[in-house]
Amino acid sequence: MQFMLLFSRQGKLRLQKWYNAHPDKLKKKITRELITTILTRKPKMCSFLEWRDLKIVYKRYASLYFCCAIEQNDNELLTLEIIHRYVELLDKYFGSVCELDIIFNFEKAYFILDELLLGGEIQETSKKTVLKAIASQDLLQEEETPQGFFEDHGLG
Amino acid sequence: MNASEHGFNPSFNMATIKQVINEAVERVRMPTPMRLRDLIRQIRAARTAAEERSVVNKECAYIRSTFREEDIVWRCRNIAKLLYIHMLGYPAHFGQLECLKLIASQRFTDKRIGYLGAMLLLDERQDVHLLITNCLKNDLNSSTQFVIGLALCTLGAIASPEMARDLAGEVERLMKSPNAYIRKKAALCAYRIIKRVPELMEIFLPATRSLLSEKNHGVLITGVTLITEMCENSPDTLNHFKKIVPNLVRILKNLILAGYSPEHDVSGVSDPFLQVKILKLLRVLGKNDVDASEAMNDILAQVATNTETSKNVGNTILYETVLSIMDIKSEGGLRVLAVNILGRFLLNNDKNIRYVALNTLLRTVHVDTSAVQRHRSTILECLKDPDVSIRKRAMELSFALINTQNIRTMMKELLTFLEKADPEFKAQCSSNIVLSAERYSPNKKWHLDTLLKVLVAAGNYVRDDVITCTIQLISETTSQQAYITLQLWKALSEDVTDKQPLISVATWAIGEFGDLLLSASVEDTSDVVKPSEDEVIDLYQKLLWSPQNNTVTKQYTLTSLTKLSTRFTSTNKIQQIVSTFSSSLNIELQQRGVEFSQLFGKHESLRSALLERMPPMELNRQTDDEMQTNGESDMHEMKLDDSPQHRNTESNALLDLLGSDSSDLDIIKPNNPMPTQPVSNSNNQDLLDLLGGLDTLSVTPMTNDTTNTGIGLILENNNPIQMPITNNSNFLTGDFLSTNILSVEQDLPTLNAFDKDGLKIMFALEKMDNNTVSINVTATNNTLSNMSEFLFQAAVPKSFQLQMLSPSGTVILPNGVVTQVLRVVNPSKSMLRMRLRISYSIDGNQVQEQTEVNTFPTDIWD
Repeated sequence: MQFMLLFSRQGKLRLQKWYNAHPDKLKKKITRELITTILTRKPKMCSFLEWRDLKIVYKRYASLYFCCAIEQNDNELLTLEIIHRYVELLDKYFGSVCELDIIFNFEKAYFILDELLLGGEIQETSKKTVLKAIASQDLLQEEETPQGFFEDHGLG
Repeated sequence: MNASEHGFNPSFNMATIKQVINEAVERVRMPTPMRLRDLIRQIRAARTAAEERSVVNKECAYIRSTFREEDIVWRCRNIAKLLYIHMLGYPAHFGQLECLKLIASQRFTDKRIGYLGAMLLLDERQDVHLLITNCLKNDLNSSTQFVIGLALCTLGAIASPEMARDLAGEVERLMKSPNAYIRKKAALCAYRIIKRVPELMEIFLPATRSLLSEKNHGVLITGVTLITEMCENSPDTLNHFKKIVPNLVRILKNLILAGYSPEHDVSGVSDPFLQVKILKLLRVLGKNDVDASEAMNDILAQVATNTETSKNVGNTILYETVLSIMDIKSEGGLRVLAVNILGRFLLNNDKNIRYVALNTLLRTVHVDTSAVQRHRSTILECLKDPDVSIRKRAMELSFALINTQNIRTMMKELLTFLEKADPEFKAQCSSNIVLSAERYSPNKKWHLDTLLKVLVAAGNYVRDDVITCTIQLISETTSQQAYITLQLWKALSEDVTDKQPLISVATWAIGEFGDLLLSASVEDTSDVVKPSEDEVIDLYQKLLWSPQNNTVTKQYTLTSLTKLSTRFTSTNKIQQIVSTFSSSLNIELQQRGVEFSQLFGKHESLRSALLERMPPMELNRQTDDEMQTNGESDMHEMKLDDSPQHRNTESNALLDLLGSDSSDLDIIKPNNPMPTQPVSNSNNQDLLDLLGGLDTLSVTPMTNDTTNTGIGLILENNNPIQMPITNNSNFLTGDFLSTNILSVEQDLPTLNAFDKDGLKIMFALEKMDNNTVSINVTATNNTLSNMSEFLFQAAVPKSFQLQMLSPSGTVILPNGVVTQVLRVVNPSKSMLRMRLRISYSIDGNQVQEQTEVNTFPTDIWD
């Protein structure tokens, strides 16, 4: 996978994960172009499109578009499965996830993505394992933050 | 009791309590920075972009100040806010160093956010990058698995070649870690390193082998991914790994046959991600290798037949299986199985599956055409699919499937498709239909009918090659000329404002075969009513006056109308119409109007001979470009075909002289929508070295068509009768020199090359030896002022060589002369034509003139 973008129906970016180095300006340009292209597609159209020399796989979940760019020899249907797996993980973690959860806890969304994919490839196929790892890391964070007198420590 | 010994459990630890108290004190000194979620709320509450900007700017300023003050306590929160601001699109580069500091901190919270910041804000181009390497190295040696995990993840995301080289050793060590969590991350990190720096692959080879004997799916899948990358990287490694094929087969088998495993199950399929990765690796290993392919045949068949297809998951695996079967050296039965799976996909309700099937079929149709033919009807159904990508794929696939047996049925469907197609498809579709029709048409009549239907259905989107193809075919098929002319007449009588190419073809045909149109026999007429002369002329008048028809169409129409004057009897009416164009505002039409009018007046005697029917045009295939018929230029080559050798060179010379015009006659290839301007430039450079800029004169396609039909006329003329040179010079020199009737001087050497505005240029010819002629150029200034900076340039067709000696001067005094000598070598003994460019300065004005001289006597070369 080359990159993954999450954006709302109004074209606001909610998450961007790039697995290749590009200068910031180029990233912005690509993002803008792709968001416009996908938002103009009608609901009945298929989830794949060709864009530049990449294949774009996108799926809409409620008000969020999940969009991935893969190479020519990657399996598009599998990418759809990966996207679905990610949504399932978010759902399990946040409990019935909605766009607001991802907006206010974007760093957690990134952490979960980083446990599912590394370098653009799947690193763990078991939902349980991924969620366990996230839970342990969250625990580590909590333990660092003594509650009681000094709440409000940490990210907030 | 050290903090480090107990990991990050700070409770009951003296040092930690001290730290907490210190931080509390600091916090009392400074106000608490805004929480992340409060900032997000504030930004979202902003009603205008300006409001949002002000909130963001205020917070950024605050964050910047905290960075300056080295606030350790809240750094993580401030960076988190900065990352949010960055995602909105605001610049955040000042946070990069802070991320580094976070990464260097001991707190896991800090590291987590710090690494996230590094992955988001840094990319390979920053030099802050290198500073991370040290932190990464430390963290890769941490005792906490999650810290190692963070470091590996970051390295995998942003590794630059230098970082990769520095840390490869660490990653390799971690691949052998007893902890599966670490191993799988290290494997993918190695995968990224190899992608960035392929030379480092060797380091990871030993550790990779053992990854496959794992039970842990995470390690398995990352191991397979790594091995796939290595095999694609180098052929030696590929060979090295061929021996794991049995292992892979075994793993896959276990996956399929094993019972339900809740941990890895997706809708009833056991770990589809792993299955797909293994299938892909098998594909890489089995490509071009018969033995390896043989070892996988069974398992591929098993996967293909046993997989549940009710959900997308099953289809994903089937898709990958089909791709693998197609790529390896599989046996015939397996391939048929694969194509059948694709056929089933085509019937699936899910459009994604249909799309994927069409795509794959497109890739394999040339290999397994007969198998795909079976699904032809389904593919034709897909032409009517509501999704445009599917329609496009189906169209391309249909064209690949056409053969002599199914041409009629396919064409019927494709023509229906063409009528309803989106504009972006019409051009491609029509060109493809024409190509297929040419290759496989059962008979001429059907072919002509099809071309006519294309012209009607595709309207203005038809590419130029279709026009020329059609014209060429009509001229070639003498038996069907009456029939097709009548059909074209019928089509013309309907609304054709958006079918300019159709008008061009129709008027051409009616012009050529007008007499057949009037005298058509019963069989040819079928459903069309024979028109009368007046009906035809009235329609022409309508077409010529309609503002919706473009100039090219009108040119065709006007020429055709003139031709009709010899085939019809009502010449007066025609003459009237033609003469009105001699005052047209459009220069092309005006030129035609004037010149054709001459045919009714001064040169009445030549008219019938001039406008005789053209001989059948031969199809001239251009090199190996699939049937690019070079229509218009073929017309020329054909017409000059009396004495083929000589005439061909002559026509080439003629085309070359016109530089860009000739190349613009080249057909635009279907997959190359750009006009052939670059080609024209190189043609020009070959020829017009001296006159590089001349092609700026007449480069638009419009003009080309003008010259086409203009030339057409001349060349038609060349066939039966020797035209007096006057008319030639009119056609070719055009513009204002029409009054310059060149007197063809029968006794050799002088001819008047140019005479305008007081500048007169005479050529005096002198035979040097067999192939060489020397031309003494004399430029005379008949005005009362000086002509300074006088520059005389000349160009000749490709087959000639031109040598220009220095002129006697660059200033021509009033009544003075400047002379120059040109030497022309003509090894091929063709007709000499020369294009001249003259520039000079007079009375402070710059004058530039261009002209052509074609009146060289032919016998000077003998």
